[in-house]
Order: sequence, then C-alpha cells, then structure tokens
Amino acid sequence: MSIKSYREATFDAMKEEMIRDGTVYAIAEDINGNGGTHGRYTGLGEAIGDPGRVIDAPISEAIIVGSAVGAAMSGLRPIVDLRFSNCIPCAMDEIVNQAAKSRYMFGGQAKVPMVIRAPDGILKMQGAHHTDCLEAWFTHVPGLQVVVPSTPAEGKGLLKTAIRNDNPVLFFEHKKLMAMTGEVPEEDYTIPFGKARVVREGRDVSVIVYGIMVSRALEAAEKLAAEGIDAEIIDLRTLSPWDREAVLASVKKTGRAVVAHEAVRQSGFGAEISATIAEEAFGALKAPVIRIGAPFVPIPMAPNLEDLCRVLPENIYEGVHRALGRQSDR
Amino acid sequence: MRKLSFSMATCEAMAEEMALDDKIFVMGEDLARQGGIFGQFKGLPEKFPGRVIDTPISETFIIGGGVGAALAGARPVVDMHFADFIGVCMDEIFNQMAKVRYMFGGQAKVPLVLRAPDGMTIQGAAQHSQAVEAWFCHIPGIQVVAPSNPEDAKAVLKAAIRSDNPVIYFENKILYKETAMVPEIADEVPYTIGKAKVRREGKDVTIVSYSIGMKNALGAAERLAKEGIEAEVIDLISLSPWDKEAVLTSVKKTHRLCIAHEAVKQGGFGAEIAATVAEEAIEYLDAPILRYGAPFCPIPFAPTLEKMVRVFPEDLVKGIKGMFE
Amino acid sequence: MKVSKEQALKFYETMCLIREFETSVKHDFLNGEIPGFVHLYIGEEAVATGICAALDDTDYIESTHRGHGHCIAKGADVDRMMAEIFGKKTGLCKGKGGSMHIADFSVGMLGANGVVGGGYNLAAGAALANKMILKNDRVSVVFFGDGASNRGTFHEAANVSSAWKLPTIFVNEMNQWASTTPYETTTAVKDISDRAKGYHMPAVIADGKNVFEVYAAAVGAVERARAGEGPTFIECKTFRVEGHFVGDPELYRTREYVKENAALNDPLTWFDRTMTRKNGYIDGVIEPQELEAVRAAAKEKIVKAKEFAMSSEYPDPDQYTADLYL
Repeated sequence: MSIKSYREATFDAMKEEMIRDGTVYAIAEDINGNGGTHGRYTGLGEAIGDPGRVIDAPISEAIIVGSAVGAAMSGLRPIVDLRFSNCIPCAMDEIVNQAAKSRYMFGGQAKVPMVIRAPDGILKMQGAHHTDCLEAWFTHVPGLQVVVPSTPAEGKGLLKTAIRNDNPVLFFEHKKLMAMTGEVPEEDYTIPFGKARVVREGRDVSVIVYGIMVSRALEAAEKLAAEGIDAEIIDLRTLSPWDREAVLASVKKTGRAVVAHEAVRQSGFGAEISATIAEEAFGALKAPVIRIGAPFVPIPMAPNLEDLCRVLPENIYEGVHRALGRQSDR
Repeated sequence: MRKLSFSMATCEAMAEEMALDDKIFVMGEDLARQGGIFGQFKGLPEKFPGRVIDTPISETFIIGGGVGAALAGARPVVDMHFADFIGVCMDEIFNQMAKVRYMFGGQAKVPLVLRAPDGMTIQGAAQHSQAVEAWFCHIPGIQVVAPSNPEDAKAVLKAAIRSDNPVIYFENKILYKETAMVPEIADEVPYTIGKAKVRREGKDVTIVSYSIGMKNALGAAERLAKEGIEAEVIDLISLSPWDKEAVLTSVKKTHRLCIAHEAVKQGGFGAEIAATVAEEAIEYLDAPILRYGAPFCPIPFAPTLEKMVRVFPEDLVKGIKGMFE
Repeated sequence: MKVSKEQALKFYETMCLIREFETSVKHDFLNGEIPGFVHLYIGEEAVATGICAALDDTDYIESTHRGHGHCIAKGADVDRMMAEIFGKKTGLCKGKGGSMHIADFSVGMLGANGVVGGGYNLAAGAALANKMILKNDRVSVVFFGDGASNRGTFHEAANVSSAWKLPTIFVNEMNQWASTTPYETTTAVKDISDRAKGYHMPAVIADGKNVFEVYAAAVGAVERARAGEGPTFIECKTFRVEGHFVGDPELYRTREYVKENAALNDPLTWFDRTMTRKNGYIDGVIEPQELEAVRAAAKEKIVKAKEFAMSSEYPDPDQYTADLYL
C-alpha cells in the first residue's frame, strides 16, 4: 500500500494498462500541452515510452468520440477525455447512437472497447457550463456502462477494468476527487463492474451513494453514530450495471433507505434506485424512501447561490433523520 | 367538433397560432415541399409563405439557430425529424436553450418549441425508434410535454407555442394517424403546461402513463373492469413540470400504483414517478409499485425481436391482477 | 481607411478599458478574490474594438469564454460587468452567470459561452430571425478562436449563413493557441479564413493589432450584410498573451516566446507608436499626453468598477430559483 492522490492512482492505471497492451491509446484536447484537465495525463507518453499513443485532439468532441468509436471497432482500445462533463452533449450522438449501439445493431460483429473520462461536479464558481453531473442520461442508454469512482484506490481498480472491458464505458470523476489521497494497493488489481461495496456496515438505515457522495455519507454517518444511529453505507461504484441485490439486501435488513447524489434530483439516477426499492423491497420498508439531489436549476455562479445546489454531509444527515422520523403507519 | 388525425390537429394548432403572431416561424428539414415527413406541417408553407423554412441536414443549426432567433425576438417552432437525432444537438439543447435565460439573470427568454417525433413505428430499428423524454426531465430550464390524442395534441401544442419557455413536444409516430373528435378551441388558455388529466376514474388501482403509453393504460383498464377491478387512469401529458399532486391524490385513494411507458425502464421517467410516491405516499400503498418500460437493449429490427421490447396491455393486466392476490 | 481623431481616441479608450479591466481581474483572481474560471483578452483588444465600432447598438454579437473584451467593446457597463465576475447581485446577470456567462442584452451582447463553438448557430439564428422573420437590418457577429474553428458547429452555421445570405459576420481571432495546444498541431490550414471558400463566403485577413484595419474589414462586412449580400469571414491575426485561463501554469510554451510575440502583436504599443507620428489613419497626430490622459481615465474607471463590485451584495439566497422559467 502507498498513499496516492486520485490523480496519481488513475494515472498509474492508465500507465500500467498502456504498457501491458499496445492497443490502448489516449486522445483529448490539451492532453500534452497541459496534461489534460487537472493534469491527469502529464508525462503519460514518456511514462509508457511511447508518446505517439497520447494524442492531442482538436477542439471537436464529435471527432474525439466519433474517431474513438471507429478506432475501437478496428481493434484499438481508446481512452478519451472530455475535460468537463458539460462537453459530453457535444458528442451525444456519437455516444448514444454510435458507441452504444454499434455492437447490437450489427449483430455482434463489432465491439467498442472504449473509455470516456469526464470530470464533473461543483468545485467553486465555475458556473452553469462546467459543473453538471449527467450520469443519469447514460444509465438510460442500453449498450453503455457507467462508472462513478469514489476514492483513489477505487479509481485505479475501476479504470483498469474499464480499459480491459470490451464495452463503451462512461467514467465520471468528481473534480473534488482529483486531489483526494488514500491508500492504493501496489499490486495489479481490477474491480468488477456491477458489484457494490459496503463501505460501512450498519443496522438502522441504508444510505445508497456513489462517487464523491461516499465520503460525504461517511462524514454524515460519523455524526449519526454519535447519536446512536447506525447507518449502512453502500457505494454503488457502477450505475449501469448496478448492484440491485446489494441494495435490496441492505434495505431488507435496515428497513429504511436514503439515496443521495449531486446531480439534479428530478429524473436523476436516485429515482431508479428509489423506484426499485419501492418495487422490490416494499414489504421490508418501515419508512418512505428519502431521495436527495440538487434542486431543479442550472448551477448559479454566485457562491452563496451555488452552495444551495451542493449535496453535503448535513443534507444526508438530515435525510437520515427524515427516514427515521416519519414512521410508516402501514 | 370535427374528426381530425393527431397530425392534422397539430397542423391546425400551428396555423391558428401563426395567424395570430407573425413572429412565429417554422424551421426544419423537409418542411416546405413535403409538409414534414409525417405530414405534421402540411398546408403551412402555402398559408405562411416565407415562414416555413427548409434547413440543411444540420441539427446543431436547427436548434442553435432556433435559440438565436428566439433571443432576437422571434418565436421559432423547430422540427427534429426523428427524436433520435436529438443527440446531435444535445449541447444546443442542454447548454444553450435550457440555460441562457438563467445564466444571464433573466435578460433573455427562449420561446421555442422543439417538435420531436418519437417511439417505435414498424421496424424503425435502433436509430429511428427511441423514446428519450427522461433525459430532458433531468434538465432544468426546459419543459417537456407528450400528448396522447388529437384533442390534446392541438391544445398542448398551442400552449407550447404561447409559452415563453423552451418546450420539447414529443409526438409519437404511431399516434399521428389516430383520429378523434377535436373541439374548436375558444379558450384563452388552451392547456396549462404541468396539468395531468384523469382519463378514467376508478377506486382500485392508479395507472399513470403518457403519450402512446396511454393506449396500454386505457386498454388494460378496460380489461380489468371486466374482471371487477376499477382502474383510475392518469394521463400526465406534461412531464416537466409534472402533476405530482394528481398522482399522489389518486394513489391515496386507490392504494396501488402502476406506471407504464414505452421508453427503456432503467432510468426512465417512470422511476421519477415511482420514487416520488415512495417518498411522499408510501404509507398509503397496499402493494409494491409496478413499473413497465422497455427492457435494457436498443430497439432491434426483426419484428419478432421488436415485439419483445414493447409493452402491451396484457403486461399491465397481469401485473395489476397480481397486486390483488 | 481614414477616421477622425475623435474616432481614433474612442478606439483607444475602449482598448485601454479592456486592458485595465483584464489586468484588474487577473490581479484579483490571483489574489483569490475571484474564483471559478477566468479567461483574459489581453493582447487581442483591437479585434473586439474594431469590430464592435462598426456595429450599431441594435446589432448582435455572440461571444466566447474569453468574452470580457467583446462585452466592453459592445458597450456594456463595466461596473455591472465587474460585479458579475464577482458574483454580485448588481452584476449584469444578477450573479448567476459569472465571467464565462456574461451577457448584456441591452447593448446586443447575447452572451459569452462556456462551450467552445457554442455561439455560431445562435448568431446565425439571430441573423435569420432578423432578416427573414422580423424584417430588419440588424447584423449578427460571432467571435471565435482558431481552436473553435474545428468544431462542426462552425461549418453548419457557415453553410446556412451563406446559403441564405444571412447577415452573419464570422470574426476569427487567430490567436495561435487552442487552449493549451498550438493551433498547427490540430489544424491543417495556415489561414483559418481559407475555410470560407468552401462556403462561397468572402474572406478578409486583418492585422489583429491594427484597430483601423480590423475596423475597415468590419465596416465592409457590415455593409455587405445590410445590403443582403450575406456573410463575411474576417480573420484577425493576433496573439493570446496570457495563459488559457488565469492560473494556467503554461508548461507548453516558454516565457521568451510569449514575451517576444506579445511585443510584436500588442495593439496598444502599436497604437501609441503609430498615432504619435504622421500616419495614414488620421489627419495629424495624437500627442503622448492625450494618450496618457485616456489611459489614466480608463484606469480610474476600472478602479471604480472594482469598488462597485466589492461594495455590492451577493444575491439573496431565495433568488436561486428565479429567472429560470417564465
């Protein structure tokens, strides 16, 4: 084990995979000039001894993603980076109609092994064009897989799986994660998709989260523990596929569920989780399923307004209290 | 009252509104000569010369240009050919159309209607059959409507055109040919965006749907009635904003909820409805919420396969009967 | 093209105002007073100034993430601009937009854009509305960098503008850098304006440090647009002196390179040098002390703008849902 930042851990994942497999390459805007946003690619070409596999792209999301779909279908394994999740819509057709469907439409003749890395989330006053969390859209698109890592070690293991995986993967990384440090195993490891992680065991309430929200839920859980409330925290890791069994098993044990994400609440992925619980763990529920997400506005710039759009440990703490407070009289 | 098809009802709405306000214009592919690929713009080019504009095959311009025109003071109605192509101009919708008013502190408004024909027709396959309304319900700044019959088609489109907000108007391709009696609309407010309608009253179970899904909802209700189960059927019509109160009120009465849509179930708008009820009215429920949508795969071509991704009234009937066992 | 001395001084005033504004913003950003993203227009002032001087208040511009210069040149109030950059409720967008989403519809500035290449189609759409629906003679300008010219949206907007002879003016700020990547790494043409040919659109190349040359190109393009002759492509050769954003470590270029190119392309020193001696742009000369007075006035205006921003309140929290739907 060694202590690494998320940035370093995911860099190592790319480096190791690119050395192991000569068909993996990375393409993005400013990938060499500035090492990509948050310097996640700085020195990658040299580190793998093959600068030709780290390619500067024009400012054209359509060509970055579209060309990667073509390259993937011809046998390569591209890692593309879209700098900010808000750039994704510029390549929405390439992702939804090309990457996601090519294998299925062509009856399995092709495969599209590619990873789309997209930093997302609220950092500080970046405004409405650089902050949205868009994972929910892609969980609604058959053919895609959606990954949202929560720590440096998770980031490394999940990114390696994403690169080795033969499907198109959306890899959403919260900007607040970049500088987060944590213990990262030295050995080669991968983390399977569709398997959630119980981050903290508890008996009173299940808190279902992913990405940056995992650390915020842990913070809330500590405060709750001091009050004698024992929260179980589940990190979904991947949203499509997602680990329904783990969530349902936990809710059947605790009888209460709180779902939280930073994305806009309406029609966010939390709705899918809540709805599934309401359908399949109905008999075990002792209380309403609480769902927490951003309010229905674009992200405003002014810091005091922006703060109202964040989902913080206190929102989760308060959500748990709501789940415990309003007993169902059913 | 006259008998009109869904598509003619939308033409009528357009013609009436365009006659009232010469800032309204129409823009899209194949409109001026062909009246739209589904005839939903027929007659307009002749009635309003110069105000029905054929664009190149260029979705980013159709939407981006529409947004710019709206900012300049016009009231565009733009056509997406097939809702499947919306991905091509997703940035123009998500980052521009939805956000300009808010980002600029209310200096601008975007009175734009985006007409988006969606859903499965006969074997349109993976890129001409999708129902993608859920994406847009997740986007603050946009309104989303999806009427289910000719009467609403007209009223809702008129309301969308009069709205000062960007509205996405999903019109199901199968529904275009549906005919029904459509009243003349004399009201100043043809429809209030955000309002659901109770299509059938019942006491035993609430079925919620919209657009083509209403066929399943009403079909299932009819069959259930024969077996002594009285279903209340709610047509949401508008998905963002959506009429939460209407659904909660009904569920509190019937204690059972079934949701159905043609879109993929995972991450679909049905999840939002179910999650809301699970949070705000779970204590009233006597059975688990039922949710129907397409399975998790693209739309296949072969008829035998396409049938597998559709929802049928029998599915709802079977599920709802199970609620009473 | 010759202009009056008053007009030349007006150019200078606008350019100095932009320079002072950007210098102040840079300082405050590095001090930690302004968060978020800020992209500076230093070195490119003559482009926005020359173009906007050829426009009426009722004409439109679509700007970019590097939009402060366009906003000032189009006549926006610098106090309210500065307040917006600080996220204050007195800002042009009531604190909801910030630097990357600054707009002033009262002067036809239809907004900066956080999406590179997001503005072309909006400009073409405004041009379409004005010409074909609202039947007036307003023109629309879209500013974009060399990097943004590689977005498909450029090509789609260029095509319709030319096919329908829309009053759209494409102003390319060829500043050599696509974010942190030198333009030639990802772009085949040397002159971005070569692309106009493919759309049957006339193109002009202007020296981006020479405000008179930019202005002359703009006047020609505006005349064409108003006469119903369609779009024009103006490529302004300029240089981005600052990093892509404030705080950019600029690992991709050397200090010497920046210094040398900044000096070669600086519109203010060029103006000072040219105007204080006999030249082909105005009758007579402008005295150094006259230029100094303009610079001092601009500086003072920006100091006041900062004071205005600092003394303004943040928006009331309950305003966070306002201005979304009507």
